[in-house]
Amino acid sequence: MLTLPIYLDNNATTPLDPRVLEAMMPYMTNMFGNAASRNHAFGWQAEEAVDYAREQIASLINCSPKEIIFTSGATESDNLALKGVFEMYASKGNHIITLTTEHKAVLDPCKHIEKMGGKVTYLQVDEKGLIDLKELEEAITDKTILISVMYANNEIGVIQPIREISAIAKKRGILFFTDATQAVGKIPVDVEADGIDLMAFSAHKMYGPKGVGALYVRRKNPRVKVTAQMDGGGHERGMRSGTLNVPGIVGLGKAAEIAKQDMEADTKRIAAMRDRLERELTTIEESYVNGSTEHRLPHVSNISFKYVEGEGLMMGVKDLAVSSGSACTSASLEPSYVLKALGLSDDLAHSSLRFGLSRFTTDEEIDYAIDHVKEAVAKLRELSPLWEMFKEGIDLNSIEWAEH
Amino acid sequence: MAYSDKVIDHYTNPRNVGTLDKAKKSVGTGLVGAPECGDVMRLQIEVDENQVITDAKFKTFGCGSAIASSSLATEWLKGKTVDEALAIDNMAIVEELALPPVKIHCSVLAEDAIKTAINDYRVKNGLPELEMPKSHH
Ligand SMILES: Cc1ncc(COP(=O)(O)O)c(C=O)c1O
Ligand code: FES
Repeated sequence: MLTLPIYLDNNATTPLDPRVLEAMMPYMTNMFGNAASRNHAFGWQAEEAVDYAREQIASLINCSPKEIIFTSGATESDNLALKGVFEMYASKGNHIITLTTEHKAVLDPCKHIEKMGGKVTYLQVDEKGLIDLKELEEAITDKTILISVMYANNEIGVIQPIREISAIAKKRGILFFTDATQAVGKIPVDVEADGIDLMAFSAHKMYGPKGVGALYVRRKNPRVKVTAQMDGGGHERGMRSGTLNVPGIVGLGKAAEIAKQDMEADTKRIAAMRDRLERELTTIEESYVNGSTEHRLPHVSNISFKYVEGEGLMMGVKDLAVSSGSACTSASLEPSYVLKALGLSDDLAHSSLRFGLSRFTTDEEIDYAIDHVKEAVAKLRELSPLWEMFKEGIDLNSIEWAEH
Repeated sequence: MAYSDKVIDHYTNPRNVGTLDKAKKSVGTGLVGAPECGDVMRLQIEVDENQVITDAKFKTFGCGSAIASSSLATEWLKGKTVDEALAIDNMAIVEELALPPVKIHCSVLAEDAIKTAINDYRVKNGLPELEMPKSHH
């Protein structure tokens, strides 16, 4: 049975898995203790639950439970990693290297760091959305203290060569931080094998609750420290004060456990649906997949349908919850900076839709989505003066468009 | 953002979609906006010997509000004299479609398209070009 609208925006957030909710419930009701209360059963219960969640998460990403710092989400983890390293390692240098395609939760802290006297290099990506490792090496100076490269991109799903990047960082004695918000729980992430020193992730992108996330901070080879960005009771080894969000943490732990257990089967099913969706939608004339299809998350597809505008298209596919790189959907009236970084022209960036599948997506939903998008694109092209010109063989670049 | 019923109506059943023969002397064409900005509107009018607009057509690449604004514009244009058409203000479109502030520029584009089409018609028929309002896009 099909229920409309269909949710295909799972890179924005995922639904809460009922198994996660079930695990959280007791901690939202009778087991309400403060994990920092050392002198009664309520506190012990809460602490035990938090410790268990740490183990579940550590097991998913292959680290020690002691290396997990709980936060309010990936935005806070990104801030803590970047600003925390910048402050802690000030005596070693002040230079950070990152990518132009990072999430705002990385780019904006970097801008803040620049205001504080730091230097940040923003590396370009190639037309597939991938980092150039040679450029990375060349950008390193004796003042470089941190390389910050996201694991997988939130708009196009492109996975960066994490092991190659960490090898370069290690060779030069530089810390490596990755925003793995879109990757953890979706693809195998192993901080040891991947050579990661710090890593941000968030529960609500992996079928957990909103408002809780974590920062992995390496304790051995090397021992990494970050300066706290929030002062208070000294929780989380002094790196992040504040009473722990016990039900949220329990939820993140359970989500991690399920991810580990179901990842292989989930990925197989989801990737098959994504591939079918993409195959069908790219039979539409003048449609283009954005970003690498080789190094990509299994559940994302970002497609531009040339000569139709993304927001108009989203209105046409009103039974689908998707997102667009179109400027008309953003407050700034600028099209997606990620798509532009791939070298996409503005008009193609305006014409893009992002489809994000989840473990709850069904084949029936994909069938519906395929038909719905095909119809909407056809309808809007009938309305599009650009499509008419294209069909008449007029070169759109030869027209002098009104400047505004 | 939620769309008003009128925007949805025009988007779902756009009025007067199509193309007039731009080579004809009686047809004025206004092509405004730019693909890079995510909006291109083409509005055309056909004018009879009494300066009455007998037909109007549009095609728009843009958001739902831009499509609705141009669809509404063609409805309003038909039957009006050229002078009456010149008086159409974008704020009237904003009001009729209940456009939110971020969508005002879509209505501005429609007003620009009307004025550009009228100018095209005037120039073709040996009349002096009118001064165009500055696009506030
Ligand atoms: C790559 C990336 N980093 C950071 C965030 C922010 O995560 P949170 O909502 O947990 O703060 C997101 C989610 O939008 C993301 O996709
Ligand atoms: S055309 Fe861009 S918001 Fe309407």
